[in-house]
Amino acid sequence: MATEAHGSESSLVFHPMDQFKVTPLFGDGPVHWYTITNVTLWMAIAVVGVILLLVVGSRGRAVVPSKGQSIAELTYGFVYKMLEEVTGKDAVKYFPYVMTLFIFIVFSNMLGLLPLSFTTTSHIAVTGVLAVLVFLFVTVLGFVKNGSKFLALFWVSSAPMAVRPLLAVIELISYFVRPVSHSIRLAGNMMAGHAVIKVFAGFAAIAAISPVSILAITAMYGLEILVAFIQAYVFTILTCVYLKDALHPVH
Amino acid sequence: MATQTHGAEVVDAAHGAAEAGMPQLDFATFPNQIFWLLVTLVVIYFVLSKIALPRISAVLAERSGTIMNDIAAAEELKLKAKEAEEAYNAALAEAKAQAQQIANETRAAIQADLDAATAKADAEISAKAAESAKAIDEIRAGAMDSVKEVAKETAKELVAALGTTADARSVTAAVTARMKG
Repeated sequence: MATEAHGSESSLVFHPMDQFKVTPLFGDGPVHWYTITNVTLWMAIAVVGVILLLVVGSRGRAVVPSKGQSIAELTYGFVYKMLEEVTGKDAVKYFPYVMTLFIFIVFSNMLGLLPLSFTTTSHIAVTGVLAVLVFLFVTVLGFVKNGSKFLALFWVSSAPMAVRPLLAVIELISYFVRPVSHSIRLAGNMMAGHAVIKVFAGFAAIAAISPVSILAITAMYGLEILVAFIQAYVFTILTCVYLKDALHPVH
Repeated sequence: MATQTHGAEVVDAAHGAAEAGMPQLDFATFPNQIFWLLVTLVVIYFVLSKIALPRISAVLAERSGTIMNDIAAAEELKLKAKEAEEAYNAALAEAKAQAQQIANETRAAIQADLDAATAKADAEISAKAAESAKAIDEIRAGAMDSVKEVAKETAKELVAALGTTADARSVTAAVTARMKG
């Protein structure tokens, strides 16, 4: 408020990160683990969106599909094919897990692009949990399916014997870095795009720059729609790749 | 208890840092986000695995089945159509042959009838002609006799008119000789 009183030049206030604040939906108290916050709201909206697309959309069960059913079937086919081609035929029993991840991320990303919305996937807490869940699931599955043979993933048998221990260390480190890169990639992409749009929006306060600012926001918005989808795709396909390592740990 | 208060202090410090920079690093909001994320994931997982995915996969399976059946049915119908066409062609050829045969038979029958009728007519005509010739001959013979008679009578009368009498026999002989001549 104080800065705004100074005149037109100093009215340039950038709060690009305010959109990521987690706030209680009702009242203004502290954020406990059970508090209903904007996170709760936008995740609930994502759940409603998923139900609208995949349950309400497919309610007709028509052989000749309606528009909604077509989109539901396309989404299903997209993820199913990805899993089948990347991981293999024997992985289709994990399809519900992969589909849950993809549909949640794609809905959160897209809903985050709505004006005044909150992007749940821009938070490292959310993407971190998603990545750790994948990491734990894949690691446990790898050991359950293959036993100690799963460790062959770190033992590059095609390399000369002398460098194998060194490669094993590198492989081990890269394996444990997976959840970090997996989660930061998604959260970073989401956060950066939204923050850049917010910064451009801040420049719109200057009348002379505002047309450029609006153009830039429009261009960024288009790019962000692309990024929102691609990041969901990347997260899912990496999950498929990790699953493949767990099921067939041959290096 | 001690650790808890310590944790709260850390959280407060983080909260202060987040106020200045990134709300993403405000660890005080992590339990909240993680809790609601897990709730969301579980809800989506159950909705997908219990309702949406089985339904969509059933629809897709049904569709591919329907398409397979339709293609098979189309193949069958195509075969049937081909058979029908062949049968039609065969029937057409047979009908043509039959028509040809019937036409030939009819033509032959008509020809036979015609021949018979012609022969009969010819026979009748020749019979009639023979009869007529006979009748003409008879008439001619009759006429000759009458002429002979008339000539005899006339000759007799002529002779009588000339004032002489002639016996009948010589007149007849004379007339006959004349007529022959």
